[in-house]
Amino acid sequence: MKYNLTHLKELESEAIFVIREVAAQFENPALLFSGGKDSIVCYDLAKKAFWPGKVPFPLVHVDTGHNFPETIQFRDELVKKDGVELIVGLVQDSIDQGKVVEEKGFNASRNGLQTVTLLDTIETNKFDACMGGARRDEEKARAKERFFSHRDEFGQWDPKNQRPELWNIFNGMKNMGENFRVFPISNWTEMDVWQYILAENIELPSLYFSHEREVFVRDGVIYSDGEFMNKRPEEKIEKRTVRFRTIGDMTCTGAVESPADDLTKIIEEVAATRTTERGTRSDDKRSEAAMEDRKKQGYF
Amino acid sequence: MELLRFTTAGSVDDGKSTLIGRLLYDSKAIFQDQMEAVEKASKKIGGGEVNLALLTDGLRSEREQGITIDVAYRYFATPKRKFIIADTPGHIQYTRNMVTGASTANLAIILVDARHGLVEQTARHSFIASLLGIKHVVYCINKMDLVDFSQEVFDKIKKQLDDFSSKLDIADVRYIPMSALLGDNVVDRSKNMAWYQGSTLLYTLETVHIASDANHVDCRFPVQTVIRPQTTEYHDYRGYAGRVAGGIFKKGDEIAVLPSGFTSKIAKIDSYDGEVDEAFPPMSCTILLEDDIDVSRGDMIVRVNNQPDVSQDHEMMICWMSQRPIQLNGKYAVKHTTRDARCIVKDIKYKVDINSLHRLEDDKEIKMNDIARISIRTTVSLFTDRYQRNRNTGSIILIDEGTNETVGAGMIL
Repeated sequence: MKYNLTHLKELESEAIFVIREVAAQFENPALLFSGGKDSIVCYDLAKKAFWPGKVPFPLVHVDTGHNFPETIQFRDELVKKDGVELIVGLVQDSIDQGKVVEEKGFNASRNGLQTVTLLDTIETNKFDACMGGARRDEEKARAKERFFSHRDEFGQWDPKNQRPELWNIFNGMKNMGENFRVFPISNWTEMDVWQYILAENIELPSLYFSHEREVFVRDGVIYSDGEFMNKRPEEKIEKRTVRFRTIGDMTCTGAVESPADDLTKIIEEVAATRTTERGTRSDDKRSEAAMEDRKKQGYF
Repeated sequence: MELLRFTTAGSVDDGKSTLIGRLLYDSKAIFQDQMEAVEKASKKIGGGEVNLALLTDGLRSEREQGITIDVAYRYFATPKRKFIIADTPGHIQYTRNMVTGASTANLAIILVDARHGLVEQTARHSFIASLLGIKHVVYCINKMDLVDFSQEVFDKIKKQLDDFSSKLDIADVRYIPMSALLGDNVVDRSKNMAWYQGSTLLYTLETVHIASDANHVDCRFPVQTVIRPQTTEYHDYRGYAGRVAGGIFKKGDEIAVLPSGFTSKIAKIDSYDGEVDEAFPPMSCTILLEDDIDVSRGDMIVRVNNQPDVSQDHEMMICWMSQRPIQLNGKYAVKHTTRDARCIVKDIKYKVDINSLHRLEDDKEIKMNDIARISIRTTVSLFTDRYQRNRNTGSIILIDEGTNETVGAGMIL
C-alpha cells in the first residue's frame, strides 16, 4: 500500500487539524460564513472534523444588506437543513447606530463598513476566535497570514508583529479581550477549492454557475442589476449569460461572461483562465495596498 | 497528485524572488492581471525589464524598499504536483522567519550567486535546513550568465558546497547551474550550458521522492479532542480525534495511552469518510478503543512495544526568536504536539556559530536569531522522539508567558 496522500487529502487533513485545534484551544469560537464557496468548504470541513458529533460553534454572517439574494437564500436553507446556529451581524445596524457612515456616489460600497460590524459582533458575542475561509493565494496581503492570526483588542492586524508559526504547533495563547482569526484553508488555491467541491459533491449558490442575468457595464466590469445599485444615466441594463467567480457584495462584485453551467466546466474554465479570482473585485482595486490597509483596521 | 512544500532562501541580491517569479511565469501560474499589475509597478519603480520580484513582494513597505520582510506563501501546480513555496528573507535579522518557513518543508532551494560562491548566508541557510530536518536541498548556482556560463566556475562552487554540506545532516543534496533572469535550467533546459547533464529545477521539484520522508515506523497519535456525540444514534461513541504523527495504526493494534500507561486495543479507526483499516501520517482520523479508559487532549496513543521518551527533562537545539535573550532559570510556557506545560531553562550548553558550525561554549548570551543547545525541565512529562527521527514529536515551542509570543523553536536531541 502506498503511504502517501493526494494533495487534496493532505490539505483536507491539515484543515481539519486546524479546526479541531480551534475548538480545543478556544472557549468561544465561531465560523465566519458568507455563503461563498470558501466558507461553504470550511463549513463542510467543520462537519467532518467533529463527525459524528455536531459542529460545536455557530456560523456568523456579517450582512452588509447588499448581498446577492441568492446567497442569503442559500444560507438560510443550509442553516435550516443542518440545524446549525446562525448569528447575523447587520451593517445596517451599525449605520443606524451612527457607528459608520454610508458611502455615497456611484461606486459606493458597504465593504469597508463590514469591519466595524464584524468587530461589534465579535465583542457582543464574546467570540475569542473566528475562523474564516481566507486563502493565502487570494491576495498579496493574505500571502503573509498565519493559520492562527492574532488580533489585538481593537481587532487590528500588525503585519510586522505576527508570531512565528512552526511545524503544526499553533500558539493560541492570548490576553483577555484579544482574539484570533484562524484560516484553516490557508494553503488551498482556488483550483483546490473547486476540485474539492467536485470530489465531495458540495452544494453551492446558483450564482457560481452560468445563468442569464440583467446586468450593466461600468469601467469594463459587468455588474448585476439590483435595487441598491446606483446606476449612472448612461448605464443601460442588458441581459447577458454570466457567472460569478468570486462573490462579495453586489456593489463590488463583477461577473464574467461564461457558458460554464456545471462544476466540470467551471474547473476547466478556471484552469484556462488568464485573470486572478479576485480580479473582478473592485474593493481590492481601490489602492495597491487596499487589502493590507483593511486588515490593519480589523477586516477579515 | 502529491503535495510538495519547499523553501527558497537567498540574499536580497541573489535573485531569489526572480527565480520564484520565473517558476510561476514559465509554468504558467501567473495570471494575466497579476502580470499587468507587476508591469505597472515595475514602471513606477524604474529598472528596465519586468521585475518578477514584485510578484512576491506583497506588503507595502516591501514594495517600497524592494526587499522581502516576512514569509510569503506562493502556490502553483503542474500536472505532476502541487507546490507550496515558503519564500523567506535572506537577512540574518529574519532567521526566525526562515526557520518558520523551513519547519514544514520537504525541500530547500538555496540560491548561490555564481560570482561569489559559498558566502556566510549560504552557510547559515544550509545549516538551518539541516537543523530543521529538511531532507532534500537543492543548491541553485544562479547568475551563470554573469560568469559566461562557465563550467569551471560551477564545478569550483559545487566542490565548495560539497565540502561544507558534508558536515551537515542532509540526505539528498543537488546542484543546478542556472540563470533565473534568462530562464536557463529553471523550467526549460539551458541552451547556454550544454555541459550540464542534470535536471532542470522544475523537473527536480516534480520528481523528488518524498513519500518515504515521513516516519512510518514509530506509532504516535497525539489526542486533539474527544468526540462524544451523545446522540441517540451514537450514544456510546467515544472517539479520540487527532492527526497521526508517526507510524501506521491498524484496527486491532495493542496500544498504550500516555501518560497513564493504560493499555487497550484499537476497536475502530474512523475517518470522516467512513471507517478505515489503516491510518498513517499526515491523516486526520478518530480512534476508538475497545476499553473505556480515561483519555483526553494532550494524551498520546502509542504501540505498547514502541514508546517515545517519557520525561520531564529535555535537551534540545533551539532557535531563539525574541528580542529578550533567553533567561537561564527563566520560566516559559511550552507546547509539544497537543500537550501544554511550563518549563524552566536549566542549562545553556553552547551557542552555535552558524558560519563555522563551531560551538561557542563561552558565549551563553542567546539572542534573537541565535541557535543554541539548551536543556529544560517541564512541569509534566512530555512524550518525545529525537527531532531527526520525527519532526512532529521532536518539535517544541517556548512561549513567553507575559506577552504570549512564541519565543523559541526547539528541536529535541
